[in-house]
Order: sequence, then structure tokens, then C-alpha cells
Amino acid sequence: MSGLAAMPPEGTAQGCGDAPVLRERGQREVFCGLTGIVWLHRKIQDAFFLVVGSRTCAHLIQSAAGVMIFAEPRFATAIMDDRDLSGLADANDELDRVVTRLIERRPDIRLLFLVGSCPSEVIKLDLSRAASRLSQRFAPAVRVLSYSGSGIETTFTEGEDACLAALVPTLPEQPADAEPALLVVGALAEVVEDQLGRLLAALGIGNVRFLPPRRATDLPPVGKRTRFILAQPFLAETARLLEGRGARRIAAPFPLGAEGTTLWLRAVAEAWGIDAATTRGVTAVGEQRARQALTRSRELLAGKRIFFFPDSQLEIPLARFLARELGMQLVEVGTPYLHRQLLAEELAMLPAGTALSEGQHVDNQLDRCRAARPDLVVCGLGLANPLEAEGIATKWSIELLFTPIQGYEQAADLAELFARPLVRRARLRV
Amino acid sequence: MQLTLWTYEGPTHVGAMRVATAMEGLHYVLHAPQGDTYADLLFTMIERRNKRPPVTYTTFQARDLGGDTAELFKIAARDAYERFRPQAMIVGSSCTAELIQDDPGGLAKTLGLPVPVVPLDLPAYQRKENWAAAETFYQLVRAFAGPHAPPPGTKRPERAPGVRASCNLLGATALGFRHRDDVQEITHLLGRLGVDVNVAAPLGAKPSDLARLGAADFNVVLYPETAGMAATWLARIFGQPSVKAVPIGIGGTCDFVTEVAALAGVDPAPILAEVPSRLPWYSRSVDSTYLTGKRVFIFADALHAIAAARVASEELGFQVVGLGTYSREFARDVREAAKRYGVEPLITDDYLEVEETIAAAHPELVLGTQMERHIAKKLGVPCAVISAPVHVQDFPARYAPQMGFEGANVLFDTWVHPLMMGLEEHLLTMFREDFEFHDAAAPSHLGGGVERREEQVAPVPPVPAPAADTPAIVAAGGPTTWAPEAEKELGKIPFFVRGKARRNTERYAHDRGLAVITVETLYEAKAHFAR
Repeated sequence: MSGLAAMPPEGTAQGCGDAPVLRERGQREVFCGLTGIVWLHRKIQDAFFLVVGSRTCAHLIQSAAGVMIFAEPRFATAIMDDRDLSGLADANDELDRVVTRLIERRPDIRLLFLVGSCPSEVIKLDLSRAASRLSQRFAPAVRVLSYSGSGIETTFTEGEDACLAALVPTLPEQPADAEPALLVVGALAEVVEDQLGRLLAALGIGNVRFLPPRRATDLPPVGKRTRFILAQPFLAETARLLEGRGARRIAAPFPLGAEGTTLWLRAVAEAWGIDAATTRGVTAVGEQRARQALTRSRELLAGKRIFFFPDSQLEIPLARFLARELGMQLVEVGTPYLHRQLLAEELAMLPAGTALSEGQHVDNQLDRCRAARPDLVVCGLGLANPLEAEGIATKWSIELLFTPIQGYEQAADLAELFARPLVRRARLRV
Repeated sequence: MQLTLWTYEGPTHVGAMRVATAMEGLHYVLHAPQGDTYADLLFTMIERRNKRPPVTYTTFQARDLGGDTAELFKIAARDAYERFRPQAMIVGSSCTAELIQDDPGGLAKTLGLPVPVVPLDLPAYQRKENWAAAETFYQLVRAFAGPHAPPPGTKRPERAPGVRASCNLLGATALGFRHRDDVQEITHLLGRLGVDVNVAAPLGAKPSDLARLGAADFNVVLYPETAGMAATWLARIFGQPSVKAVPIGIGGTCDFVTEVAALAGVDPAPILAEVPSRLPWYSRSVDSTYLTGKRVFIFADALHAIAAARVASEELGFQVVGLGTYSREFARDVREAAKRYGVEPLITDDYLEVEETIAAAHPELVLGTQMERHIAKKLGVPCAVISAPVHVQDFPARYAPQMGFEGANVLFDTWVHPLMMGLEEHLLTMFREDFEFHDAAAPSHLGGGVERREEQVAPVPPVPAPAADTPAIVAAGGPTTWAPEAEKELGKIPFFVRGKARRNTERYAHDRGLAVITVETLYEAKAHFAR
């Protein structure tokens, strides 16, 4: 078992590096990028997200957040109405008024994101200009940035990419003589950040920062002496901009599962010139513990056939984990977008011949799914109950974003998310 | 531009979806960008529907905007017809598609589809979900019942002797608050009266059923928010009167029975003599004495808000201390009702304003939507949900109508159970300082759930100081302050009436120009307000 992690991905008989991909277009059953606000506003604790959009936008976030009004949320929608569209009201004046009221109400806010939506993009409301205008007005107490989470430009997790990309130009410049720094990019649960931070420290990498930071006032510096590694696969634009700032990306599989976490840590260690024995010394215990914890789910999941509808771009790393560490068979792996470069290491590790699809025509895909009768389907909330009613077990994909799944200690939790629907079916006698 | 944290109503196309999803044999082609498909989960998750809503989204993206989004619509509409073979289709735009002005109605016409296609014009930047549901239903009724309309001026033929009266049951939609069970309960009640249901719609109806609407003798408008427009049109075109009474609560249901009986020419006396519900006796039983004068705040859609105020006041003996709605279209009705209870009506869809008003009213029970449930939770006040917007909990597995005689039973249970029970309340008052009866202890029958966020009771200060939460109360000679002993005595009053006691005492002191509230003032005020 532990031999898997030692197996070099290249040069094996497996791999989907050049595999053909089914590209379809039609109805996409996916969220737009605004949805990322649901976790980003919890992650950056002094940031506020103001969507400039329509009632649909407000309703989407409310529905995706499950109407959790336990605390006053740090997001809201400036709903445009007829007066804004017909030119009766100057949209910029209106926006200034709304933002002023908001900042008066929430003096604890240090960073405000104006988030563009489909309607604001279509009417070409220039939110970046508005952001710099408002930033000047509220400086230094509040910084105002903008990005687009619109459905015409972004799918679900691409909203996080757009948000982090908006932060990149504001990161402080790293001094030229700075100690080499590692930047871990992508929102992670705090427990995961802490675990990965401890492992990196054990490797002897002390200067580790995370993007997004927990507080907007604590932005990590970036520059030529920065190496960064993605913790999430959907951050193409953020990666591009970081490279533009002189930082260099460490290519690696993503830290999902025992194997993924080891390869992710090893890539960092290699970039820091840490010898293999030291690295093994740090990773061996966690990896072994993760593998042991996976045995129970493996017994249940090995040989079971799984079908992924496109959702978060986590599909390919997840499929790699499920195939290699839990022995599942991949019927189809759908992803909203396939970034070959960022996923090169992942694709190389997928079983050869895996059916990959990009984009979506949901009705055609449902036809393929029904014909294949998989044991488990990973899909969004709109499809889950209808498929269950047809007798097909499902795992709702959104839980994979809202649960800590990365790192050694979460590997079994991640497997458990896939095992639970099957365990439940086995239990029920109704 | 309106700053919005939470919305009571969704966008207009969701209103149309509620009608389409409720019906059978109808398919909705919605010109919409990627992401608008989130609306599917409202139906599959909240309502646990076992089928996808019958909606095809064109899913245009930024790169299509320079190209041919109209062609995209045509492809989607044609494919949807081929795949789903509906009896009829509705077509329209979501908010973003409205801006690109592709005219789905006109485009659909050019396709020459072999089924009727009803275009919807639902202005997304002016209107909201409920209006759009009503407009969609109205357009469908016109499209399918219209061709069967008698020539204008035709008198409705008399029903032949011996033929049972029939009515249409209008307004129930998908995602409606207990619509499923209300339709069943009212159908049963009408059956007992000897009245048949000709068509129930939109819920459960096909387009071909809408064509038969004119055959009924009259209409029962269960939910004016969604069926009001259609019923007005049916009255004009087919001469069908509508039943106005809302069958919620005992009084409402009896009024409904009387009105239906008059229209149907049947005898209501047997049902009115029986009143098959436990609410009247339960409310008169001694255990319910403690419900007397409980302060209740009501905020909901107009139909449920007005009905709840009547039930709360006349059938449970509560005191209505606030009444409001987010349904601006029905604001006038709510204002009239508020007058009957001597309260200021609250007409708003601003969640923050609702929260402030509830907090200021110090209610002992909130009857509201899922939004007010959260407000009440924050304030530590019991709450029962009486209206949409809905949550998965509002689709209970058991039969739980709000309407009719069984509905009255449901109201009694769901409004009374969140409250502290009578004897428990007395014990709390008597043994105020018992170590287990601290303010944070929730009613025992509710389990260890909610931590109550108390009205702030300032710690007893060494010298008299202004109470922190009453900056507005200023006596003629300066601010009214609480003496330490009086503040301590106030703390012995149970938390659920403490706010009222504090306000009354301060008002009493303010009116008399007292600068310091002593224990004596507290009890003088209590005696004063008891009179």
C-alpha cells in the first residue's frame, strides 16, 4: 500500500495526460461564482462582500447559504432596479450611497469586495473604477476591491479564483533580500491550514503564509523569493497573476488523500532542496495513519463505480484519490473546466482510459449516467434527489467544498463522505 | 439600488417556476445565464421533489453575448420540446436575459412548435416572485380557458336540478407553505358540503385541465397572492363568483363554509353545528388560561398574516402587538387589519427593519416566516412559522394543513407548543432565585436547545446610573435611573415579561418626573398598570 506514494507518476502504464475529452455545451447545472462568497466571507473575517446585482443574485446566495442567519452575515446584495437601468438614477451615485450606509453599519469591516454579477456585467457597470473611487474615500479604514462572480464568466469555484486574483495586486512587495517564502494558495479550513503548517514546519520550512489570509489586514508579501503551491485546483487566474509578481509555482497533485498529501508535501520539500529521507521522516507517520484510517471505507468502496457531474473542478483530484486509494472505478469524470497545466500531475495519475468530460449538456449527461447505472453519482443539489428517486445513490458535491477534506487527518473523512450514502442505503429497510 | 441582506421573495422567474413545477405536462424554457439553475435546488431540496423542475435553461455565457444568444434560445426550446414532449410550453427571460432583449416569445413563434407556447413578460427589475406566479397563472388560464369563453354578455346557465355544485380550487403552487395539505383539507371540506372540485390548479393540473375551468359554478381562491388575477379574469369572462373568506382558523373556516353554501345552494348547518375541530375546546380548557394576553408579533405574506391575527386574537386570546407583511400588493388589506388590532402596520421587505420592529415590540411569541424564526431565535423569543419563504422543515412528513378544521388543530399545536407551559411559568415566578431557574434555562419541554440572548440587564452599579438600554427615556429634570435595589428586584421578574415591566416602570417614572426608580416605584407602576 505505502508503495503507491513512492511510485513516480510518470513512466507508469497509467495516465490521462493526453486523453481525449468529451466537450459538450448545453444546459449547465452548476452554480455561478457568487456562491464562493458563502465560504470566503467566513474565511476572511474582516471582509465584506457586496454583490452588485439583481434579486436573483440575492436569492441564490441566500439559498446556497441555506438561510443561516445566526449572525448578521458579512455579505449583502445591492439590488439594481428599473431606476438604475433606465438611467433615472446614476448607478455610481446609488452604489456610493449603499456602500456608505453599509460601512456606517459595519465599522468592523476592513476590506470590501464589490462583486460583479451577470446584470452588472451586461450593463457594463465599471466596478473596478467604483472600487478605486470608494477606496480613496474610505482610506485608510477600509480598502475596496472588485471582482466578478457572474455566471456568464465564472462557474462556482471560479468565484474564489476571481476573488483571490483581485487580492494579488494588493499584496505587499517582498523585499529582494527576503528569506525564501512559501505561499499556500486556496481557501482551506483552519484545522487543515494548521495541520499543513505544522508539517511544513517539521520539514524545516518556517516562512509559510496562506492566501486568503484570515484577516484582510494581514496580507502575505509576494515577490521573486516566493514559491507558491496551490491547495485548490480551480485557481488558474490567481496562479497566473502570482507568477506575474515574480513568484514561482510548485507543481504538484492536490493534498487529497494520503498519497496526494504526501506528493504535495514532497513537491514543496524538493523545491526547498530537502533530502528525501528527511521528507519521508516527516510524512511517514501521517501517511501511515491516513492509510489505516482509509481501510474501512476501502472495503466498502473498492470496485464500486462512480460518476461525476461537473461542479467544483475538484472532480479530477477526487477521482484520482477514489481510484488509487479506495479502488473505485471511474465511469465518467465531468469537470466544468479542465486546466491541463495545473492538473498535469493529477491527470498523469488517473487510470488510463478514464472518460473525461468538460462543460455540460445536462440532459445528455443524465442519459449517459442512467445508461451506465453507476453505484454512486457525485452531483449538485438540483440533481441529487431526482437521481435518488430513480434508485441511483448520490453524494452532493457542495459538501466537498464545505467540509475540511485536505491533508492526512481528513483523508478518512473524505472517504467517509463517499461511503455514507452507500452505508445508509444498506441500512434502510423502507 | 437597494441594500439587501435577505430577501422575502425571489426573482420573477422563480414565481413562474413555482407554477410550472406545480403543474404537469407544462415545460418552461428560460433564457438565462449559467448559474440560474440554482433555482432547481429550491424544489428538489427544500420541497424534496423527486423530479427536476420542468425547466430548460439556455445557459448563455459571456462569449455568447457578442454572438447569437437568440439562436441559443431557439436550439434550447426545440430540444426541450423534442425531449419532454409537453402539452404546452411557457417561455421567458430571467433578469440577465431581460437586458439582452432577445424576445423569447417571438423566437418561439418562429419555431412553429406543434404545441401552444405562452410567452411570459415578467419584469425582473420591477416585480418579484409572488406577482410573477400570479401573472404566469393568469396568462396560462387566459391561454387555455380563453378559447372556451362564452360570447360576451352570455348569462351563466342555471345548474340543472339534482346536479352537485362544483368549484375550482385556485392558487396552490410548488414551494407554497402547506399548499399540498390545504388543497386536500379544503377538497374534503367541500366534499362534506356536497360540492365537487372541478379543477384544482396550478398544483396537480395539466394545461388541458385549465381548459375546463369555465365548467365550475364558482371559484375558491385559496391564495389570492397567486390566483387573484386569474380569478378576477374568470369572474369577468365566465361569470364565476369567487369565495372571499379565507378558511384559516375556526372563524375563517365557518365564514368560508357559509359563503360556499350560499353559492352552491347547500345547507351549511350540519357542519356549522358540529365544528369538527378541537381548537375551540382546547382554547377554553383551563390549561389555556395562561395564553391570555400573550403578546404576539405577526409578519408574513398578507393572507397568512391577516388570518393569523384573527386566530391569535379571537381564538387563542393573544394580544396582537405587531402585524405586517412583505406583500406590498396586499398592503391595503394588512393596513385595514392592523387598525382592528390597534397596531401600526409594518409594510416592508427590509429584513433589518422587521428585526428592529420585533425587538422593540417585546413580543412573547412571533408568528412569521423562516426569516422571523431566525430573528426570534436571536432575541430568545418563541416562534412558529406561518408563511413562506419556506425551509425544508415547512414540508413536514405528516399531514399538517393550515386551512380548514384540521388546519385549526395544527395552528393550536404549533403556536402553543413553543410557549412555556402554564404551571412552569408560575413556578418560575415563585422560585425566581432557584439556581436551576436562571434566565438562560430554556423551557424544559424544548430540550437544551436555544441559548437566550437576554435583553441586557446592566449589572447592579454601585451608584445609580442610567440603564444602558433606555437612552430615549428622559424625565423632565434629567434621565431616569434605576436604584440598585430596584434593578435587582427587576431581575427577579421572569425574563419573558421583564422587558414589559422595565418599559412600564420607566414610562410611569417618566410621566411623574421621577429621577430615580426605587423598589417602591416598581411596585407602584405594577399596581398602576394592573388597573
